[in-house]
Amino acid sequence: MERYIFYILALIMIVSAIASVSSRKMLRSVIYLLFALVGVAGIFFLIDYNFLAAVELTVYAGGIIVLMIFSVLLVHHIEMKLEVAKISKRILTAIACAIGAGLFITTIYSYDFKVESIATTTTTAEIGTGLLSYEAGGFILPFEVISVLLLAAMIGAIIIAKGRKLETNNDDIT
Amino acid sequence: MIEGISIYEILALTSILFFIGVYGFITRKNLISILISVELILNASVVNFVVINKYLYPDMLQGVYFSLFIIAVAAAETALAVSIIINLYRQISSVEVKDTETMKY
Repeated sequence: MERYIFYILALIMIVSAIASVSSRKMLRSVIYLLFALVGVAGIFFLIDYNFLAAVELTVYAGGIIVLMIFSVLLVHHIEMKLEVAKISKRILTAIACAIGAGLFITTIYSYDFKVESIATTTTTAEIGTGLLSYEAGGFILPFEVISVLLLAAMIGAIIIAKGRKLETNNDDIT
Repeated sequence: MIEGISIYEILALTSILFFIGVYGFITRKNLISILISVELILNASVVNFVVINKYLYPDMLQGVYFSLFIIAVAAAETALAVSIIINLYRQISSVEVKDTETMKY
């Protein structure tokens, strides 16, 4: 049963990813990306990492996709056709990518992975304890660094998106 | 782990996703579309981390932490990129790569 669900998810992900990089209407390509991300979340559910699947759904499908739709609507007419690369360049790139993917897949299949077959369920409490532990193997330092990074990105995004207006206001005051 | 699915099939799926992202990154001419392709590439790497953690070292959680950090960095990167794109659109009224010359110097 899970096998068929995985194949269906893989098919949805690959088809929507191809549609997302080749669609000529930009809003549609964002929506196809949404389908690919939901497929990724489905794979996380299948391998029993419910917390990661929830994070993927909220941050990617809920946050990033909405941000991208906002930017598309702000800078484009919805039905505007995109400019695409020359057909020769596209074919050349597709051949190069196919060769690269084939190389990757043959390398992966020729390597002998030592798969452990114990099925463990991870609870969210374990993930949280590991993230906040300051003993050996704990991840508290990168956790704090990432929070500072998110704050800096938020302030930077506000400043950059505000543009010139900030400087002119300062000029008015002084 | 998924019943009946080996690690090879999932890794093959993520490499295909990765190269679809690379294809989009090279052929697209638009800043937002390039951002979409980068998201595809990042997602493929996130699935790789999680799957290798689950199949090879099921009693550890390091892959989960790394994928959480990748998702956080991707969110920060997208927010900054969108703000740069909006600012650029205000100044040159275009988001095509070939018109973007003001950031070069």
